[in-house]
Amino acid sequence: MTYWNAQIECMDRETLSQVQLEGLQATLNRVYKNVRHYRKLFREIDFMPEDLTSLDMLQQLPLLTRRDLSRNYPYDMFAVPLREVVRLHTTAFNFEQPVVIGFTANDMANWAELTARNLAGIGVTREDVVQIALTFGIMSGPFGIQLGAEAIGASVIPISAGKLREQVKIMRDFKTSVLISTPTVALGLIDAMAELDMDPNGLTLKYGVFGAEPWGEKTRQEIESRLFISASDTYGLTEVFGPGVAWECPAKKGLHIAEDHFIAEVIDPATGEVLPPGEEGELVITTIGKEAFPLIRFRTGDLTRMDNTPCACGRTHCRISRIFKRCDDVLVVRGTSVTPDQIGRILARVSGEEPRFQMVVDREKNRDQLMVAIEATDTYFFDEMKKQRRFVEHLHRELSEFMGWEVNIRLVEPGTFDPYQKVLDNRRFE
Amino acid sequence: MLRLVNVNSYYGLVRVLKNVSMHVGQGETVTLIGANGAGKTTTLRTISGLHPVKEGRIYFQDRDITGWPAERLVELGIAHVPEGRQIFSPMSVHDNLELGGHLVYKHYGRKRLKSEIDQMLDLFPVLGQRRSQYAGTLSGGEQQMLAIAMALMSGPRMLLLDEPSMGLAPMIIRDIFARIARLQQERKLTVLLIEQNAKAALNISDRGYVMETGRILLEEEAGALLANPEVKRAYLGRDQREVWE
Repeated sequence: MTYWNAQIECMDRETLSQVQLEGLQATLNRVYKNVRHYRKLFREIDFMPEDLTSLDMLQQLPLLTRRDLSRNYPYDMFAVPLREVVRLHTTAFNFEQPVVIGFTANDMANWAELTARNLAGIGVTREDVVQIALTFGIMSGPFGIQLGAEAIGASVIPISAGKLREQVKIMRDFKTSVLISTPTVALGLIDAMAELDMDPNGLTLKYGVFGAEPWGEKTRQEIESRLFISASDTYGLTEVFGPGVAWECPAKKGLHIAEDHFIAEVIDPATGEVLPPGEEGELVITTIGKEAFPLIRFRTGDLTRMDNTPCACGRTHCRISRIFKRCDDVLVVRGTSVTPDQIGRILARVSGEEPRFQMVVDREKNRDQLMVAIEATDTYFFDEMKKQRRFVEHLHRELSEFMGWEVNIRLVEPGTFDPYQKVLDNRRFE
Repeated sequence: MLRLVNVNSYYGLVRVLKNVSMHVGQGETVTLIGANGAGKTTTLRTISGLHPVKEGRIYFQDRDITGWPAERLVELGIAHVPEGRQIFSPMSVHDNLELGGHLVYKHYGRKRLKSEIDQMLDLFPVLGQRRSQYAGTLSGGEQQMLAIAMALMSGPRMLLLDEPSMGLAPMIIRDIFARIARLQQERKLTVLLIEQNAKAALNISDRGYVMETGRILLEEEAGALLANPEVKRAYLGRDQREVWE
């Protein structure tokens, strides 16, 4: 078993609790001093950070939502002055205002440490060539992996997503041994190999780390058997660094949360009550080591179960079950997060009013497909075929451009779907 | 090795330490930095039993030592070198060291005490040269070395150092810190250090805590604290660079 930082990853639970208490107290003291949002919130409930004496007391603090973060656009949630921020990212979620996340130099170093733990934990060494086929852009994902891989000393190919045929050639010629991508891209690469008549067995690939969208055991088996690799899951969200928050060790029995940096809780999404280990609920994360953008009890929207039992790998940090569902109406499709609000706004922009619509996700030929079914009312229905086609094409173009890939549009008769169910996810992960 | 959990201390009605939690691992050197009045010295005095704990617990090697008197803590292996080099000025260097070694004498006798003193004089050769000199006539740096040597005479496992560089010239400070680092390595000592000269202290430390008005605000590896712009501006100061370079 390889560890990047055995002292921390296998730390006894008592010391870990001490580390968490210290980190939480220091973080609360700092946010109270430096972030107006928390100061106001704590004053409202008459809570002084210096009065926190146990990790359990965290449950008394209010939960933080993405809307809270969005309302503090752009920099009001920062706990350090902007001049100390060396990196800015935003999230995939698009409310009225996006969420801006800042990183100090030390945050970047900690992020490298976290993703290095992930990669080293699955067996990546300085001998490896790591192909990062995630989209490099304003979202943080691929940058974190790059930091970790470089900290290990591996050779990084920051190829981004797309151009799959070129990617497989590079994979073969550059002797890539580790693939980092969404599962959809991995399956796309397999298809591209088949089109090029390339035998995956002839590649030097050993490991794959996949994330940014839900994927089940069936997909894992398919990727593993067709690429001849060991495929593991990784979990992160841009608000909380990105990748490196939790990841699967070789035991593949859940994802270890880096508990020296995060305190994880699982709550009932309806009542906010903290649930015991084993029960499914929404993952809530408190950061205890972040300098620029600390989060106190942040609702991730992801549904999971907590597992505090010892892991075969020897790591003492608790695990969460693999994440397949969300408790809000956010859809994660092909690594992109989208809400019905966003789709509704685009439809309204094109046609002048928001129609009744439903977002339907299916998995066809190993690829997630998003179809937007729209109730054909007078606004959306034209007698003239040419006009009708142009209108649908316009919608198709706008939605596809927004998502970054092809979105299907279907005009349906009223009553075809339940108008209150804006999202219908037909994918089966478990 | 040392663990503070929610420690609160008061001067009269004034709460000076506000739920301070921190730890120092076996063989680690940890620095506590902060402005004057942040509560650094009180933290050290509270650990070594010189100031009472109102609430919270202190553990040393998993033993709850909260409220233990200072002399018992010395026997347990915690030695405190207080601020201001509190040595016995009208006594010779040798006699000061003998006093520091009263536990060695009590448990192992005079022969062992002599050998310990010889070891200390080897460790700090300048004290060897001045062994018969009155401690009060030593230079500031020599007095600081004597204070550390006296603390080491009790055979500690953990050394608490309060401002060892105070009032010393930069050259001497460098020498003192080099010796602390060497001591830590050679004797596998665990060190908790508080310093105004945060840069010098962090340079020989594994980790550091930043304290402000009785609360811990930041805990990080020493390198990260040295690079932290906020810490640099507040505690490291531009003049430190000039002194060291």
